[in-house]
Amino acid sequence: MPLTTSTSPHVRSPASVTEVMLQVLLALVPGIGIYIWFFGWGLVINIVIAACAALVAESAMLMIRKRPLRQYLGDCSALVTAVLLALALPPLSPWWITVIGVFFAIVVAKQLYGGLGFNPFNPAMVGYVVLLVSFPVQMTSWLPISTFSSYDMSFLEVAAFIFGGQLPPGLTFDALTEATPLDTLKNNLGQGNTVTEIRAQLGLDDVTSLLLSVIPIFGAIGGKGWEWVNAGFLLGGLWLIYRRIIGWHIPVAMLGSLALISGAFALYDPEHYASPMFHLFSGAVMLGAFFIATDPVTAAASAPGRLAYGAGIGILLYVIRVWGGYPDSIAFSVLLMNMVVPIIDDRFKPRVFGHGRK
Amino acid sequence: MKRRLWSFHGGIHPAQHKVVSTHLPIQPQRLPQRLVLPLHQHIGEPAEPVVKAGERVLKGQLIAHASGYVSAPVHASSSGVVTGIGEAPIPHPSGLSAPCIVIEPDGEDRWAERLPVENYRELAPSALRNIIREAGIVGLGGAGFPSYIKLNPGHHKSIKTLILNGVECEPFITCDDMLMRERAAEIRGGIEIIRHALQAEECLIAIEDNKPAAFESMRTAVAGMDRVEVVRVPTLYPQGSEKQLVRVLTGKEVPRDGLCLNVGVVCVNVGTAAAVHRAIHLGEPLVSRIVTVTGSAVGRPCNMEVLIGTPMNELIAQCEGAVERIERLIMGGPMMGFALHRPDLPVIKTTNCVLAATAADLPPVRPVMPCIRCGACADACPVNLLPQQLYWYSKTKDLDKAQEYDLFDCIECGACSYVCPSNIPLVQYFRYAKGDIWTREREKEKSDLARQRHESRQKRLEREKAEREAKRQQKKSALDAAATAERGQAQAAAAMQQAESRRDAALQEAEKRRGEGWPGRKDGADAPPRENDRESN
Ligand code: SF4
Ligand code: SF4
Repeated sequence: MPLTTSTSPHVRSPASVTEVMLQVLLALVPGIGIYIWFFGWGLVINIVIAACAALVAESAMLMIRKRPLRQYLGDCSALVTAVLLALALPPLSPWWITVIGVFFAIVVAKQLYGGLGFNPFNPAMVGYVVLLVSFPVQMTSWLPISTFSSYDMSFLEVAAFIFGGQLPPGLTFDALTEATPLDTLKNNLGQGNTVTEIRAQLGLDDVTSLLLSVIPIFGAIGGKGWEWVNAGFLLGGLWLIYRRIIGWHIPVAMLGSLALISGAFALYDPEHYASPMFHLFSGAVMLGAFFIATDPVTAAASAPGRLAYGAGIGILLYVIRVWGGYPDSIAFSVLLMNMVVPIIDDRFKPRVFGHGRK
Repeated sequence: MKRRLWSFHGGIHPAQHKVVSTHLPIQPQRLPQRLVLPLHQHIGEPAEPVVKAGERVLKGQLIAHASGYVSAPVHASSSGVVTGIGEAPIPHPSGLSAPCIVIEPDGEDRWAERLPVENYRELAPSALRNIIREAGIVGLGGAGFPSYIKLNPGHHKSIKTLILNGVECEPFITCDDMLMRERAAEIRGGIEIIRHALQAEECLIAIEDNKPAAFESMRTAVAGMDRVEVVRVPTLYPQGSEKQLVRVLTGKEVPRDGLCLNVGVVCVNVGTAAAVHRAIHLGEPLVSRIVTVTGSAVGRPCNMEVLIGTPMNELIAQCEGAVERIERLIMGGPMMGFALHRPDLPVIKTTNCVLAATAADLPPVRPVMPCIRCGACADACPVNLLPQQLYWYSKTKDLDKAQEYDLFDCIECGACSYVCPSNIPLVQYFRYAKGDIWTREREKEKSDLARQRHESRQKRLEREKAEREAKRQQKKSALDAAATAERGQAQAAAAMQQAESRRDAALQEAEKRRGEGWPGRKDGADAPPRENDRESN
């Protein structure tokens, strides 16, 4: 009777990398759904393009690096990167923008560093920043939410634009796109307007104004649908925490520090600094807090380290938003903090059982 | 009033699989054809045989005596004939053989004379400890540390709390559970004796909340005892680990490198307490123990009272196994037990469980993926280490860094490996790294010693040369003095002085070298030194 020998522990929890990644994708669903509702079909097409490009790029690199294809493709991490990047792109980005972004994310930021687990920078954010720096025009052209748009594009029309640059007859790209609330805030504040005036300009849609009467924070904060998208990601993120796929430390520290710092400035001068609620529910904050900053590979390791890491992102986010050159800055904040991770890891070690104290 | 409980960081909840082996009461065992008794069943020095091949022995007769302070004697577990003393395969992760005494039972199972203690309270604690030592009792929870040492707190330490460990947090194992259900009175007897030996103020019996029957049984058994309390603790692995349990019950953290004694606590497994009771009240040395025989390959999983030395495959056969192909045979639990190389190895004093596992019980090892730094391991670690960092440094052989990250505080509980979504065998890396560091330290000591020897030899040669030179000078100057009498006196004195000071310098140098001692000895011979005694809070 031949016996198999192995070393302890002989049992393993059923959790696997694949499962972790799939759960993350699942948790993105509510946010993505709301996004599509407000901004149309572009995101769906972007996700599909990004996913295909990611799988091709990952497979090619794995073959070049002679790694077992099935095992490494099966971890689904490339898919997560692709979806996160697609979410960060404007919904009407041309297809080649997406492909270039994914290429940088997967090939340069991930595989050239040694693949999953070895990349010091968040791949999706590297892809995003490369695009933002190289193609600033395309990257800052956002659609207004559909209920406010003068023209509701159909799926085919969106596809025609993404793949062929063809707009429906009689429409110009400029007429279709609009600055995001963060842009608006930034530009108008720069022109000397006050927060109250700007908020009036941003306008409210029907759903949010109805809700505004019930829950006063909505509609008045991130501006037009953005807070709903953020709420969707918040929901997914909370579910991830509940399922223990991610820890609470990074999101709590990041949102907490953002709320504190924006709160302090808003209290100091409410007419020139937007409220914490606006900051928390605009742009890609919730997506960033729960899905991007929590990328385990590039985040700090220990619990106290993660608190510091998250807080750092929150503060950088606010600083760049308010005083920096870009209206939203999740990508920059995350990448900057990625650089600090080795130092954080070195400084913030948890107190080992039986050491010091007592 | 509900007792306040503390918590420790991390811990996991592996599937329990305990019910399978608790349907039947503790079963008796058929006498096997052969009993194989390894001389080394405990931590410390192996025992030395006091019988010869061909000798007749009675059950409970001493067949090997303890060979040092940390050692335990071995007794014949049934009456019969010693058929051989020599190397035989033993249950050990290495799969190697070790010296054993083999007994062929005569089937009568006849006891040698048993000498129960009439009134142990009249005995001094040291006399009690001696009896416990002679009875060959070691910790039955799995570690196998000779019990009498634990019951010796030394002169200066007073023990506040005696903790009876009935936690049994490993999956599959139920021997302590069944013992507490069926033989609570024996455990009570043991508690009384141990408390007397330790003069402990209070006694806490810790039982996880997945063993309600054992809890009730123990509570009834100790009812009316002064300051004895049965404490229900939440089910969590590895709570049965001594330092973690002390923390949960008392809120005290045993310092690194320290013992429970340092915080005034002694932990004893419930099985050990029952063995102490038998040794004192019945005069029976440790010749048998309760073993859980379980796993899907076993047709009738149960707990058995097993004679030490019984081959495990006989136990499996008696429990109607193997009904399915045994994929892995594990001694101990699936978290910390080890896989055996062959099925006919003997039960030893530390065998709490024989797990005949099918492929379904213990799924095959999945392919290892890269670490994604998810931190699940750090969240699970009961010692609050950062296994992902330790893994990185162990893998890259950066042993200094691994020590800086407190590798030696790892209790090898396996919680980190259990939760790792990348299936990385973390504990295995840590074991290797520890081994590497030990080897490195030993080699360093050796080479340091060699270097010192070489250097002191050099010094000696130099010194001798200097002395010869001095003598020569002396002679020469004496001759010179005779020849040139007018300058003679002064010159000779100067030469003497010079030679002397040169010799002194050489001696001093040699002395300094000797005084240095050799590095790496501060923590005792076995433990490698920790360079970074960092207070991290
Ligand atoms: S659990 Fe595994 S994958 Fe996660 S950080 Fe630890 S070693 Fe890495
Ligand atoms: S095996 Fe060591 S590092 Fe892993 S969880 Fe247990 S104590 Fe922590």
